[in-house]
Amino acid sequence: MHDAIKFIQGNEVCVEAALYAGINFFAGYPITPSTEIAEQMAVRLPETGGKFIQMEDEISSMCAIIGASLTGHKTMTATSGPGFSLMQEALGYAIMAEIPCVIVNVMRGGPSTGLPTHVGQGDVCQARYGTHGDHAIVTLTASNHHDIFRMTIEAFNIAETYRTPVILLLDEVTGHLREKIEIPEPGKIPLTKRLRTAVKSGVDYHPYLPREDGRLPMSDFGDIHRYNVTGLYHDMWGFPTDKPQIVYGLIRHLVDKIENNTPKITRFRKYYTKDAETLFISYGASARSTLHLVENRRRRGENVGLLELQSLWPFPADIVREACQHVPLVIVVEMNMGQITKEVKLAVDDPKKVFLANRIDGVLITPTDIRNTLRVIQGKGV
Amino acid sequence: MALKDYIRQRFFPHIWCPGCGHGIILNGLLRAVDTMGLDKKNIVMVSGIGCSARISGYVDFHSLHTLHGRALAFATGVKLSKPELNVIVPMGDGDALAIGGNHFIHAARRNIEMTAIVMNNRVYGMTGGQFSPLSGYGTMATTVPYGNIDHDFDVVDLATSAGATFVARTSTYHVHELAELITKAINHKGFSVLEVLTQCPTYFGRRNRIGDASEMMEVYKKNTVRIGSKKKQENPDLLERGIFVQKELPEYCREYDNIISKARQK
Amino acid sequence: MAKPALKEHRIERQWCKGCGICVHFCPKKVLEMDEEDKAFAARLEDCICCRMCELRCPDLAVEVICETSGNNETPDKDQGGGNA
Ligand SMILES: Cc1ncc(C[n+]2csc(CCOP(=O)(O)OP(=O)(O)O)c2C)c(N)n1
Ligand code: SF4
Ligand code: SF4
Ligand code: SF4
Ligand SMILES: [Mg+2]
Repeated sequence: MHDAIKFIQGNEVCVEAALYAGINFFAGYPITPSTEIAEQMAVRLPETGGKFIQMEDEISSMCAIIGASLTGHKTMTATSGPGFSLMQEALGYAIMAEIPCVIVNVMRGGPSTGLPTHVGQGDVCQARYGTHGDHAIVTLTASNHHDIFRMTIEAFNIAETYRTPVILLLDEVTGHLREKIEIPEPGKIPLTKRLRTAVKSGVDYHPYLPREDGRLPMSDFGDIHRYNVTGLYHDMWGFPTDKPQIVYGLIRHLVDKIENNTPKITRFRKYYTKDAETLFISYGASARSTLHLVENRRRRGENVGLLELQSLWPFPADIVREACQHVPLVIVVEMNMGQITKEVKLAVDDPKKVFLANRIDGVLITPTDIRNTLRVIQGKGV
Repeated sequence: MALKDYIRQRFFPHIWCPGCGHGIILNGLLRAVDTMGLDKKNIVMVSGIGCSARISGYVDFHSLHTLHGRALAFATGVKLSKPELNVIVPMGDGDALAIGGNHFIHAARRNIEMTAIVMNNRVYGMTGGQFSPLSGYGTMATTVPYGNIDHDFDVVDLATSAGATFVARTSTYHVHELAELITKAINHKGFSVLEVLTQCPTYFGRRNRIGDASEMMEVYKKNTVRIGSKKKQENPDLLERGIFVQKELPEYCREYDNIISKARQK
Repeated sequence: MAKPALKEHRIERQWCKGCGICVHFCPKKVLEMDEEDKAFAARLEDCICCRMCELRCPDLAVEVICETSGNNETPDKDQGGGNA
């Protein structure tokens, strides 16, 4: 078998990748610009014996994928800003109850109904902080079809490895863009299977007792072990408790299992960074324009480089600090008012060298926009 | 099996107040499951948030204690992804019909096989006695200190028009009927709704000066009649109990299996 | 059908919360509350094994064990069972 070459939309790439990763349950509610994911899932999932359901809203979609994950399935939902807002409570539930699942947010302009058909990257902090209470979260992103495919699979793999929901932040531009994609033949990209308990029937099973490596083997609903799942603080059997030492242990576990594994979760690409005197940091559709500019400038002999982030949360502070260490000028390119810029400023030794190049008007930031910002910073005038 | 084999005994005595009707519903439910001879391994109980929702912690089934109002949405994911499971969804009246009202009507409309038990105490018990969409006009609650001007839903009518294919009502006084209706609801091949009138002596009983748990149950005895009873014609204010709807319509999970066959033939 | 005879009437004191439901509804006034507000069987000889106390106890604290099991005879006809 050969890798199949297709010419499709980014949203469809996400569907193909989810199928490759072994998804067998999808619940969603239509919303621009993510709708093609639901539509394509409705076609493709039953072909593989999987289930698609259009729910009554995004709240129930998020709840349904959690329920389906508990019976042992790989599950996903897809939405955009307003729907993502509705999912926040149940997202917190998935974090607390440690349920693997994938949530795709194809970002559009916000706040509120905002700009349904235009691009934005304003949900980056929402992905991190949208649900209440202290918590850690994994968020991946991608700027092109090849990476949408890889990051979708990564999202499923990370969800299973850490028993956690994973957010995949795409945007209107990458989601709707049509370009070529080579779908790798099955087996080429490694997939993470759900870790299931080996505890035998009749022996006490602890669904919420981490192994030494921090992982928690699961047992499917319908299988031999009957246990409780709750969004309340719970003990190792899953039963509600408010004992301070158990509460403390659980919140530490939930945060540490992600944050302590930041190096393993972090994904990025570097372009021309070795000798860069100006370093751009970007992600998603903005990174496409930035890369275009960087390649252009390189051809003219300017020492510019790009660090493209493919994982935004947990924030890869070490990678960013290291990449910025010997660079006098750092420009973060994003289509919001500086949500990742703030993180970069916190990560680097000298925050004064970090600048933002952005657009917040629903229009894709262009290489010219970025160049103009660069010239202003350099005092050259536009 | 003995009733105690269906519960997680180490969590007893349970958290409910003395005389709380929710315990009688638990009692009836366990008897129903016992008479049906269901395998505990094939039962998933999904509940939301409320005093009522705590029921899922006490049963020795797979149990999923979710978010306020969202139990049916979680349950839909469980059932559709593994249709061989028996899914039982007990909910409070606020849980089922205020915050969860939308999920309630849509689950009914889909006719997905599961059993929704509305534990109707006409009040928000867990949060301390605020009115619910089932409290009814003129009742008293902490957030209607001058009397309630909100009108209530009729759960049976609502479920019926939303498309539930099994709709029934009983009370915690009528315990034989309770177990029998739960059995029938679980056996039903489609979305089944059972409303159980249940007392919250702590808030509803006290605020509305009905008396203690026993007296509240006496009210269920006095104010309800079997469907079709002559008494109803004499006194239209009586609330009917029994099975209001019981019909066969295509069930969602089975329908989806046909979708899979179609998709595969393509 | 043979009339069921009572073998044992158990009340789990740890679980009983003293709500009085069993006392209130016992058709033969077999049960009473003690000084600690727990139900107890004061006149066991009068018990007719109807099991209403067991079925209505919200705390699953009552167990009525009869000679012939599975008795459903109820003194109060409005208990339900069968639906028109
Ligand atoms: C989103 C959300 N809103 C509000 C609450 C607070 N809350 C918890 S239980 C409850 C109402 C419970 O009433 P009901 O569903 O009738 O159950 P009962 O306690 O009476 O059995 C409310 C409002 C919550 N937990 N979550
Ligand atoms: S507050 Fe009401 S509903 Fe809640 S446990 Fe007490 S009696 Fe039951
Ligand atoms: S009904 Fe149960 S809890 Fe209530 S008094 Fe009787 S034994 Fe005790
Ligand atoms: S079984 Fe019937 S008669 Fe005997 S104590 Fe219980 S309620 Fe009373
Ligand atoms: Mg209530």
